[in-house]
Amino acid sequence: MSDLKETPLNALHHELGAKMVPFAGYEMPVQYKLGVMKEHLHCRAEAGLFDVSHMGQVIVRHPDGFEGAARAMETLVPVDILSLEDMRQRYGFFTNDEGGISDDLMLARRGDHLFVVVNAACKKDDIAHMRANLSDCEVEEITDRALLALQGPSAETVLAGLVPEAAGMRFMDIAIVESDFGELWLSRSGYTGEDGFEISVPDANARALAEALLWHDAVEPIGLGARDSLRLEAGLCLYGHDIDNTTTPVEARLTWAIQKVRRRGGEREGGFPGADRILAQIENGAERVRVGLSPEGRAPMREGTDLYADAEGGTPVGQVTSGAFGPTIGAPMSMGYVPLNLSAEGTTLFGEVRGKRQPVSVAKLPFTPANFKR
Amino acid sequence: MKYTEEHEWLREEDGLVVVGITEHAAEQLGDVVFIELPDEGKEVSKDDEVVVIESVKAASDILAPIDGEIVEVNEALVDNPGKVNEDPLGDAWFFKMKPSDTSQMDDMMDEAGYKDFIS
Repeated sequence: MSDLKETPLNALHHELGAKMVPFAGYEMPVQYKLGVMKEHLHCRAEAGLFDVSHMGQVIVRHPDGFEGAARAMETLVPVDILSLEDMRQRYGFFTNDEGGISDDLMLARRGDHLFVVVNAACKKDDIAHMRANLSDCEVEEITDRALLALQGPSAETVLAGLVPEAAGMRFMDIAIVESDFGELWLSRSGYTGEDGFEISVPDANARALAEALLWHDAVEPIGLGARDSLRLEAGLCLYGHDIDNTTTPVEARLTWAIQKVRRRGGEREGGFPGADRILAQIENGAERVRVGLSPEGRAPMREGTDLYADAEGGTPVGQVTSGAFGPTIGAPMSMGYVPLNLSAEGTTLFGEVRGKRQPVSVAKLPFTPANFKR
Repeated sequence: MKYTEEHEWLREEDGLVVVGITEHAAEQLGDVVFIELPDEGKEVSKDDEVVVIESVKAASDILAPIDGEIVEVNEALVDNPGKVNEDPLGDAWFFKMKPSDTSQMDDMMDEAGYKDFIS
């Protein structure tokens, strides 16, 4: 694994008994001693600590301050950034000329600049994309900070014990606070469907912060395995699986992240890559859409499973993009794309698993209700 | 007990061969969430895929370790697949076979041999 990059918590993962795997160019923990199932359930019941330092942290500045940076960024994302309040963040995505999603990301307004967090596997391309297209902006990749996520109903109590400012934050608030662990960049967000925080911490203090959080009985370290089942139960898309260059935001049912001001008739309509296709789809609908899928029985329908309209014959009408067993719901769960006319909740489809067609019904997302502190 | 390179264990019991997977295999699989068992009465040949086992991570197969007839399957595992992680050498056996030729087991590893194999 010598060509893999390591996060500042690499040694700690090994000491905690993590099983390490290559992921997006990094050696990352896929599970710890508890195992995926118990880690998942612990995060829903109390709190889980995730190392997400592999993700990209980027600061975007413009000579005209926030407004300049926001206007520039709006040429790359269909999101309303200009009206973002200070110290608030939004979910968004970069789009390509065909309207596909080239990455999803978090965008935060921090005083005179933007702070963005992007996926590990895409960060190199995202940064090149921003540098090439955000004229007049300075795009600074932050390389001396780790990123931790503390997720679960106990997250606030635990973090507030170290950083009292955490308690006053609402969902999608961000904060920059001084602490015993240096300057922390907090956001009240995450990707598990639970209340929680993402915490950017100077590399040198990352281990001390992680240990201070893990010291609480309520907190267990959680690996990528449970992170995946948690986000799938929460109905959240995983880039490269549920969304990618070929799926538009409308097909992915992420239209909610495209505010009215950027849609047809809006004050700042379009102006982002693929706008024609995406805005037309918002008005006319997409031919296929992402749905939740509940297989009958206990067998998971995993990524790549072909979906059919009928129990026998015909050609596939869609495909599963994520599938696993949901520990909280105690049942298998999947997401995938199906034609619009087969997307109504309760529609029965058939997934071909090991050569046999198994019934699966279109389900409401999320599979578990979100616990955000709004 | 005999062991295969596919991490199965075989135990002779009342003229039948009981088959399960080892602790090592159960640990490698992670939490087991789904098991599909063969039909009782099925005639199988060595290396036929007879059981599908899905963990939180992936699906894998258990192969028939020898030729014979499946005479009993452990239905309790269908409702409680997690037993494979809790008690792989005991309650979580998968099936019992009536062997066609027990000499097929002669070359299999014993416990010491299996320990060497996985170390």
